[in-house]
Amino acid sequence: MIDAPSPPLALEASNLCRGYQNRWALLGLNLRMRSGSSLLVVGANGAGKTTLLRMLATTLAPTSGSLAIYGERPQDNLLGVRRRLGLVSHRTHLYDDLTATELLEVTAAIAGMAKDADRNAALLERVGLSGRGTDVIRGFSAGMRKRLCFARLLLQDPDIVLLDEPYGQLDVAGVDFVDGLITELLEARKTLVMSTHQVERGARLLQQGLVLASGRMNWVGTAADAPVALAEALSR
Amino acid sequence: MSVVRQSLAVLRKDLLVDLRSLRRVVAVSLFGAMTLLLFSFAAGTDSVVLKEQAAGYLWLALFLSSTLALSESFRVELEDDALEGLCLLPVDPRALYYGKAVANLLFLLALSCILVPLSFGLYGPSLRLPLVNLIALLVFGLAGLAGPGTLYSAMTSRARGRDVMLPLLLFPLVVPVLVAGVKGTALVFGGDPMGQFGSWLQLLIVFDLVYWSLCGLLFGKVLDS
Repeated sequence: MIDAPSPPLALEASNLCRGYQNRWALLGLNLRMRSGSSLLVVGANGAGKTTLLRMLATTLAPTSGSLAIYGERPQDNLLGVRRRLGLVSHRTHLYDDLTATELLEVTAAIAGMAKDADRNAALLERVGLSGRGTDVIRGFSAGMRKRLCFARLLLQDPDIVLLDEPYGQLDVAGVDFVDGLITELLEARKTLVMSTHQVERGARLLQQGLVLASGRMNWVGTAADAPVALAEALSR
Repeated sequence: MSVVRQSLAVLRKDLLVDLRSLRRVVAVSLFGAMTLLLFSFAAGTDSVVLKEQAAGYLWLALFLSSTLALSESFRVELEDDALEGLCLLPVDPRALYYGKAVANLLFLLALSCILVPLSFGLYGPSLRLPLVNLIALLVFGLAGLAGPGTLYSAMTSRARGRDVMLPLLLFPLVVPVLVAGVKGTALVFGGDPMGQFGSWLQLLIVFDLVYWSLCGLLFGKVLDS
């Protein structure tokens, strides 16, 4: 009998630490995720969730420890690593004076994609911004800005998707859209890391769970058990 | 090729932001015009003195306005942490630098299109050398400001008191640009019997080559930090 080959290691963090002045935002984090797997990261405010996701996205350098994305270290091939990563954060990283379409055009040009007006229009329609392509982002509501971030993520089509509070600012339809998107991404064998305070929702969608407390790994297990683990961590 | 393509994308983005908001254009243009006007009040009504000092006043107005323009160019990047969003893409730091530096150069050239005619109106100098000489001085002189200025505005963009830090760091470095710009412009306005104009222009070109190369290489380190 021949065993099916296991998926490649998508993400590996060893003893990842990040300090701010006189305190550790994240201390001694170890993580190994195979391609196509998913991880729910939960914890109280200030537990280190955003710090972790920013470090995995390579926009925040660790104070110590190492990170490898598909076996490559960011310091060896930063652009190659970033090509495989996409982040939707609670900060939307948008240029207020561009239109939604212009933002996608700039993103596509920088990512080395061809200009394609139909693709951009389809992406905007998919995230619920149909007909708003020529509107300046400054006039968008918080929820619309978040939807535009998802359009940008879909345009990038990364192998590893990092979602930091993806449900924030969204209406009911938007929350359902994110649920559907996560399911689609997992079906497409994307590797997914999501931090959220909507723990029950995340537990239903994802496979593995991680509870952070004061920057440390407090609990690791299946995502379905994460709500109970978080409640216990918070009660201590 | 990808660096050129990415630089053009960053340049397009910066130009779109500037043209759409016009905030930076209006603020910096008014500041530059006001500076020229104040110099003319300070120098008095002697038209000979005003003509003699016109080159210096013009370049000082361009220098002072440029710090405002350069500082503003990175404020846009910090709104909503847009720069971090750009860095999340596989963008070469050199492309980011050259895209922004060229956008800043074009902005300063547009500013000079307002300040040069205004200085002619206020100080009354006449052209003794062809206009193309003045244009060449402005292009290479303002490139000397935009090149290191883009790097320094990135360095100081997250610093406390960045509006003070930028001129403190930038002005000592670009003294050769000021000297060459003023001397060259004075020759354009007063005549060049000794044929010195070319030397000042060459100084600016060498300065630009050195700093545009160096800053492009260093920009990635600035972003990392």
